[in-house]
Amino acid sequence: MKVLAISGSLRSDSHNTALLRAAAEEAPAGVELELWDGLKEIPAFDEDDELDPPTAVQAFKDAVKNADAVLIATPEYNASIPGALKNALDWASRPIAANAFRNKPVSVIGASTGAFGAVWAQAELRKVLGTMGARVAEVELAVGHAHERLDDEDVRVGLRDALEALAATAQPAIAA
Amino acid sequence: MSTTIEQTAIPTGTWNADTVHSGLGFEVPYAVATFSGEVTDFDASLSDGVLKGSARTTSLQVKDESLTAHLQSPEFFDAERHAELTFVSNAIRRNGDDVEIDGDITIKGITKPATLTGTITGPAVDHFGATRVGFKLQTVVDRTQFDMKWNMPLPNGEPALSNEVTLKADLTLVQA
Repeated sequence: MKVLAISGSLRSDSHNTALLRAAAEEAPAGVELELWDGLKEIPAFDEDDELDPPTAVQAFKDAVKNADAVLIATPEYNASIPGALKNALDWASRPIAANAFRNKPVSVIGASTGAFGAVWAQAELRKVLGTMGARVAEVELAVGHAHERLDDEDVRVGLRDALEALAATAQPAIAA
Repeated sequence: MSTTIEQTAIPTGTWNADTVHSGLGFEVPYAVATFSGEVTDFDASLSDGVLKGSARTTSLQVKDESLTAHLQSPEFFDAERHAELTFVSNAIRRNGDDVEIDGDITIKGITKPATLTGTITGPAVDHFGATRVGFKLQTVVDRTQFDMKWNMPLPNGEPALSNEVTLKADLTLVQA
């Protein structure tokens, strides 16, 4: 199973990107994570360009389409989804009936340096992905105090659980 | 002098739906009014006292394309993985024009018992010589029992979409 891993943070030392790298280390046999690094190149969504999207947007849509599943690690900005990540999803959601995320298995996880591990951003992200028609796995991994916890065993267990939930969500589609 | 006979007999033999003159739909309270939709590709039959119906989830339609896409997505009917919804009766009771039908409804792969209530008309011979019987039926289901939990809060805190959904079938069955 090929999993596209998307970090909602652009910062080079991002805890969420690090969380995805940790997820790659914990991936069970047969699950391969590919870290997507195109977020910074995505321009602001403009409906005028929807039918002929910029190259970076098309590349993003293709990357999602070509993946069996998607794993998103999101930080939380002002109690919600980072603008850049939401913007990329808004591009990918169009046109709604045939969008790249439609029926795509997705797991959402998140990290923050505070205590709560981006739980609100994760909840909003699940809502957005559900509306887009994604197959959102019923799993939550909120890694608080991320700067000191990425190697903790409970975080590693959480990552394995998130990937297993993703594989379980994806399974019938792969079998078919 | 006339005599009124309370019919209690269920038509015997095999009867198949004339789907052009039949309809299948749902109504659900939404915000301050009722939202409705229909399923256009379905079949139904009454055979040896058993009423059966099946409908293709990809033919589920509402008046807005994006909402149709949302209803067919994993958050609602999950048309990719659950191509059909079905009903099979296990008891039909007729009292004059009134009818009650016990059976099992399967939506999204989940089967629950349900009682349909309504009216039966006929059998009667139509203007082309075929014999028809009509059923006008409805039942109320709790959509959350069929893994459809989507909602949004209104500003007053109440949910926008009711969990109670009325399913309606208006069937014209033709004697085979």
